[in-house]
Amino acid sequence: MTVDSGPGKGDIPAPVGQPHGPPPVEVRGLVKRYGELTAVAGVDLTVNVGDVYGYLGPNGAGKTTSLRMMLGLISPTAGSVRLFGRDPMESVHALDGVAGFVEAPTFYPYLSGRRNLELLAAFDGHRAATRIEQALETVELCDRARDPVGGYSHGMRQRLGIAAAVVRDPKLMLLDEPATGLDPAGMRDMRLLVRRLADQGITVVLSSHLLAEVEELCNRVAIVQAGKIVYEGEITALKRSAGATYRLSTTDNERALAVCCAQPGIADVGIEQPVDAGAAQPGEAGRRAGREPARIRFAADEAAVAELSRALVEAGALIKSLAPQTATLEDLFFSLTEGSDGADGYPAGLVPGPAVPMRPGR
Amino acid sequence: MNPTVATVYRWELVKLRYQKRTYLGLGAAALVPIMFAVAIHFRHDRHGGDFAFSSYLTRSGLAMPLVILLFGAVWMFPLITALVAGDIFASEDHNGTLKTIFTRSLERWQIFAGKGLAAATYAIIAILLGGTVAVIAGSIESGFNSLQSLSGTIVSAPKALELVYVSLLVYLIPIATIVCIGLLLSTVTRNSAAAVVGTLMISLLFQLIGILPGLGGLQPYLLSTQFNAWQGLLRTPIDWAPIVRAAWVCAIYAGPALAAAFLVFLRRDVAGG
Repeated sequence: MTVDSGPGKGDIPAPVGQPHGPPPVEVRGLVKRYGELTAVAGVDLTVNVGDVYGYLGPNGAGKTTSLRMMLGLISPTAGSVRLFGRDPMESVHALDGVAGFVEAPTFYPYLSGRRNLELLAAFDGHRAATRIEQALETVELCDRARDPVGGYSHGMRQRLGIAAAVVRDPKLMLLDEPATGLDPAGMRDMRLLVRRLADQGITVVLSSHLLAEVEELCNRVAIVQAGKIVYEGEITALKRSAGATYRLSTTDNERALAVCCAQPGIADVGIEQPVDAGAAQPGEAGRRAGREPARIRFAADEAAVAELSRALVEAGALIKSLAPQTATLEDLFFSLTEGSDGADGYPAGLVPGPAVPMRPGR
Repeated sequence: MNPTVATVYRWELVKLRYQKRTYLGLGAAALVPIMFAVAIHFRHDRHGGDFAFSSYLTRSGLAMPLVILLFGAVWMFPLITALVAGDIFASEDHNGTLKTIFTRSLERWQIFAGKGLAAATYAIIAILLGGTVAVIAGSIESGFNSLQSLSGTIVSAPKALELVYVSLLVYLIPIATIVCIGLLLSTVTRNSAAAVVGTLMISLLFQLIGILPGLGGLQPYLLSTQFNAWQGLLRTPIDWAPIVRAAWVCAIYAGPALAAAFLVFLRRDVAGG
């Protein structure tokens, strides 16, 4: 599976997990086609040591297929994967220091949790066997370790999947939607578990639908849509790239609107009509709500907002309220994955800043 | 210490210990001779049938394993063998565990070899268990007596016992071929039931071809015929020709089946599960 040049089988890469060695994950031009269907259409991404890297995308976007190729489970049609500089399709030893699972973790249902871990530890070489107890403790499964996995709940299997990964003493973990199907408590536990692993210095690649989880855990993300990366970089940079939007209310909104439209640095100006709250509320409260004035919405940076404030005062439209609106990862995710109607190919509401490594349309 | 084929082999045997199908197959291998012995005990005429060694069943218990080998060739031993060989890869697909073991520190060829050896070990145990139970059950019912060979000579009981076990070993030649066919269907179909039934069907197909009129010329080269190769040992002097033929005919069937299974397993994408 080589299109790019890179370390071959005989090369000796730097020790796994060293900051100055090859990155834990380096994917270039990765493509997977099944007949006419292109599941992954040229993915490039780099995961650095210590990253908690979110891999986001809607169903069918190609996340799991990409992860399978990263783990050497399926061969790419084109492109290359390097894990710590090694090609997982060439030898299973490229997965040394790498662990994880795609889709749900799977085990032999007739063996106990502990027996499953013993088997997997044996398949890793007997050094791993000493870590079983510790791994079971990490995922809090010690008390059920002797029960057959066939009787485990979904959440317990997910935790056992983490334990099976931990047994390998990994430097890199690839986790495909580890919290899927868990109840709120299970999701919280899984989040804490991933955070704990990251705190131990393990680089984590986390594929997930749960945007709040990714926002909380990850420092960097790749957003994939229809097999292509539409954004790769830091979450903070992504948020910054969206630019701040503001809601403005003045004593004379008509005049304020004209000022906003004329003011340099102010973009996407529009009127936001209040919800007809009065219709739904009886009495005085309803009449008050019904009289709520419209607000002006615009996008701008802080300097432009300061200038706008001055211009509004000079025009006689006194500011009653001016509130910034911060985009969440969810807002940005949907903006990136549900259409691309903004100028210059950027989704609406996203303005690439000069230092933002944004790569639309790749 | 890096894991080896022996690591996989050992754990496959552990897994077999925990699976019902293992006990189903081994139970059948042990139970059928006992049922034979019970049937002989309650038979009124006690003269046996008209097949090889059937008339000796009441005179020597050592005829029992040979009769079991004769009857077992039709479907019993192929089915018992297929129960594990047909399942050993397909069950990984069913459980979705291929992706789990493919991401550990073992090369695929090591996993294939370990599993293949485990399936063969199970088949060997099933045949030896069936033979041993038949010897014991037959001896209890008819006594540990000398046996008349197919050439009409009398073979002492200890010598007959030795010949019984060598016959079991010769019987393992076509059984090994069944294992290879089972492994192939297990990797290709990825479905345990399809692989087990398919393996049995192939075995029965050979039997069918053997009885079709006009195809008598094919008889020596059919897999089903090789199940009777052990009978050469029960002639005086020993007739090695059917045994040698069984070895190369079975190799012709087993070799490509095993090679195809290996290549499919080595190259397959693990896209599901």
